[in-house]
Amino acid sequence: MANMNPKKVSMPEQDPTLRSQNFEEVSLGYTLNLAQEEALRCLQCKHKPCVAGCPVNVPIPEFIQKLAEGDIKEAYRIITNENTLPAICGRVCPQENQCEKLCVRAKKGESVGIGRLERFVADYIMEGSTDEVHDIPKNGIKVAVVGGGPAGLTCAGDLAKLGYEVTIFEALHALGGVLMYGIPEFRLPKLLVQKEIQNIINLGVRIEKNVIVGRSITIDELFQEGFKAVFIGSGAGLPTFMNIPGENLNGVYSANEFLTRSNLMKAYDFPNNPTPVKIGKKVAVVGGGNVAMDAARTARRLGAEEVYIVYRRGESELPARLEEVHHAKEEEIIFKLLSNPTKILGEEGWVVGMECIEMELGEPDASGRRRPVEKQDSAFTLDVNTVIIAIGQSPNPLICQTTAGLDTHKWGGIVVEEETMKTSKENVYAGGDVVTSAATVILAMGSGKKAAKAIHQKLTSA
Amino acid sequence: MYEIISKKSLNSSVEWMEVHAPFVARKCESGQFIILRVDEDGERFPLTIADYDREKQTITIIYQIVGFSTQKLSQKQVGDFIHDFVGPLGRPADLKPHKRVLGIGGGVGAAPLYPQLKRLHELGASVDVILGGRSDEFVILEDELKAFCDHVYVATNDGSKGTKGFVTDILNELVSQGTIYDEIITIGPLIMMKVVCDITKDLGIPTSVSLNPVMVDGTGMCGGCRVTVGGKIKFACVDGPDFDGHLVDFEECMRRQSMYKEEEHLCKINLGG
Ligand SMILES: Cc1cc2nc3c(=O)[nH]c(=O)nc-3n(C[C@H](O)[C@H](O)[C@H](O)COP(=O)(O)OP(=O)(O)OC[C@H]3O[C@@H](n4cnc5c(N)ncnc54)[C@H](O)[C@@H]3O)c2cc1C
Ligand SMILES: Cc1cc2nc3c(=O)[nH]c(=O)nc-3n(C[C@H](O)[C@H](O)[C@H](O)COP(=O)(O)OP(=O)(O)OC[C@H]3O[C@@H](n4cnc5c(N)ncnc54)[C@H](O)[C@@H]3O)c2cc1C
Ligand code: SF4
Ligand code: SF4
Ligand code: FES
Repeated sequence: MANMNPKKVSMPEQDPTLRSQNFEEVSLGYTLNLAQEEALRCLQCKHKPCVAGCPVNVPIPEFIQKLAEGDIKEAYRIITNENTLPAICGRVCPQENQCEKLCVRAKKGESVGIGRLERFVADYIMEGSTDEVHDIPKNGIKVAVVGGGPAGLTCAGDLAKLGYEVTIFEALHALGGVLMYGIPEFRLPKLLVQKEIQNIINLGVRIEKNVIVGRSITIDELFQEGFKAVFIGSGAGLPTFMNIPGENLNGVYSANEFLTRSNLMKAYDFPNNPTPVKIGKKVAVVGGGNVAMDAARTARRLGAEEVYIVYRRGESELPARLEEVHHAKEEEIIFKLLSNPTKILGEEGWVVGMECIEMELGEPDASGRRRPVEKQDSAFTLDVNTVIIAIGQSPNPLICQTTAGLDTHKWGGIVVEEETMKTSKENVYAGGDVVTSAATVILAMGSGKKAAKAIHQKLTSA
Repeated sequence: MYEIISKKSLNSSVEWMEVHAPFVARKCESGQFIILRVDEDGERFPLTIADYDREKQTITIIYQIVGFSTQKLSQKQVGDFIHDFVGPLGRPADLKPHKRVLGIGGGVGAAPLYPQLKRLHELGASVDVILGGRSDEFVILEDELKAFCDHVYVATNDGSKGTKGFVTDILNELVSQGTIYDEIITIGPLIMMKVVCDITKDLGIPTSVSLNPVMVDGTGMCGGCRVTVGGKIKFACVDGPDFDGHLVDFEECMRRQSMYKEEEHLCKINLGG
């Protein structure tokens, strides 16, 4: 019997006042009972509209059916056939724009909580043992993967399953990319990220950390070392600044630096961890995406009393996931919408305020979104002592600068053939944020998958 | 994990260490640096590649013990391992063949200066160097530099070795005697590099400096290392660390370097200038 309640079974969460003082996960996840109750809201549609919304085609009704029947192991197997990082995607996918958007239940009431169910299944299985080591016969063909973010991890995992000898080269001291250094603990526990990554390593993938491709070794040298194909999944790590006066004052951070210090270097646990991060009593975060929400909520947890989100468009244009905006509001983040910074004010080298101007939405621009324009005589000053800039990232130019024959777009992204993720350079493929610019975890994974398939075809047909 | 192959102390606060790091040793050049983490959960911090041996796959670092992380590093012994060691980072120094070059190193700044001067010597330049330090003990690498430099001048604050005073006193004297340099390379405390640049700007001598802002990743990802050079924002870890000293906004560098003053336990970095 289907559960016809128009609303999702609600997921337990930490109380907003309590959680804005700790770094533990906000959403506590379903219990088995709650998950099964939610699973029964799925109508098992024959035409599976939801699946079309998932960039990696998770067989949604099938896994939900198994979950409802209580066969969690099988549900997990069905998911991981298509998606190697389900505990992560269940938490960070913008479901409302993907699988859940197309769910028939969304027509009258709320969609099935697909993401929550996916998360539940993954968490449930990973509670148990994850050190299943696979014994896949190797085919002796070496493939190099540049970058250990979701794109690289997925490509590496898929190729390892096919028997390739895959090595991931990662610039940082940890794998995971944005999953480790960007998205905060309270939204995506790092222990869990490590577990899902370990599952991929267990497929027989070799890891070389602390290697910067382009500096420590070039793409051409990788081929000389016997790698037959290279996948570039180096992400979009270069922070954009606003080019307004005062941006180099002490107290101004890029979101990347702020979040890296707090997450990857665990500055939230200073001085138990030696990396510091500075946070004022009043903080302005510029931008309206997931990165901005994460920075604002992190600032709050580090002790800021007033945290503003300053965004130049309106509420409905906020690019962040719905849930993050909702959580940020619950945590008393103040939204200064339709506002744009013009100058950061300093005294003795430190930030003391930020001048902004009000905006209104004008004619649609090339992207189809209404372009914000300045309102006359509307300047105002925010009284803040920390400014965090979260207005976007672009690909790091290092690899392109050191690789002849690799075509890039003007904005720095690598040019690829969409079906195969093949670049202009023979046997070099690319995917994830380095191709699309800052996008989503699941799109990065999708492109890693596509590339793995294309690499396999190329190397076996030759 | 990166094994410590050999280690010695150069004075009471400066140590020399050779580390096995194949991926760094295969490609590094003068002027580049590494970032290391002594232990798991350690801080990432940069050190210049003072020397390298491609065959032995080793890198030499010379570091001053100034605070928490360099102290941690100092506790490691030969045979121990450094948890993370990444590089080579930064652009190689843009070393042009010159007739006559002067190096000016303050304190531990002599360490990053050494490989650049050695390389210039190999390229056929005659090289002079001025070393500065708080006292006799803090003048490092004098013998190593003497091996190929025409002149090695020393200035100490207390006069315990060489001229009593600052490196800039010697610089002023040399140029007033009419010694002509095609280029000056100065590395050391910011205030020292600034004063050197003020002097050489008036004299019209091209001067390169090596900036050492606080860094995290060293790959261009955080922007924490940003400096203003010629009115433009640069990331020292990818655009530098060497810059035209006459274009650097030193005031801003000094201010930004002090951002974590309260958090640093003890700081003796300004030693030597
Ligand atoms: C704060 C924040 C929050 C986000 N929130 C969400 C969210 O809720 N939902 C969502 O779907 N998406 C979110 N995103 C976006 C998402 O994380 C990215 O789209 C995704 O991680 C891209 O994956 P990737 O593998 O292409 O790159 P990345 O995750 O950036 O990984 C690239 C990896 O390559 C390494 N690398 C770079 N250059 C080199 C080199 N030269 N040599 C070797 N290694 C190199 C990097 O160190 C990194 O580990 C968020 C992003 C940020 C920053
Ligand atoms: C490109 C570059 C090359 C360097 N080369 C050398 C070298 O060859 N030998 C040497 O002795 N020192 C070198 N330094 C400086 C060295 O990184 C610092 O002395 C070290 O980080 C101090 O750490 P600490 O925890 O011991 O001291 P702390 O007490 O934490 O800091 C003391 C001072 O060190 C600097 N510092 C602290 N953390 C960092 C960081 N993450 N990045 C950069 N600077 C920091 C700050 O100016 C600070 O005031 C270099 C710095 C840079 C940026
Ligand atoms: S991977 Fe993301 S889009 Fe696909 S089903 Fe899971 S939550 Fe939905
Ligand atoms: S569209 Fe919704 S109800 Fe239908 S199968 Fe998919 S999840 Fe179930
Ligand atoms: S150290 Fe992070 S960008 Fe330079």
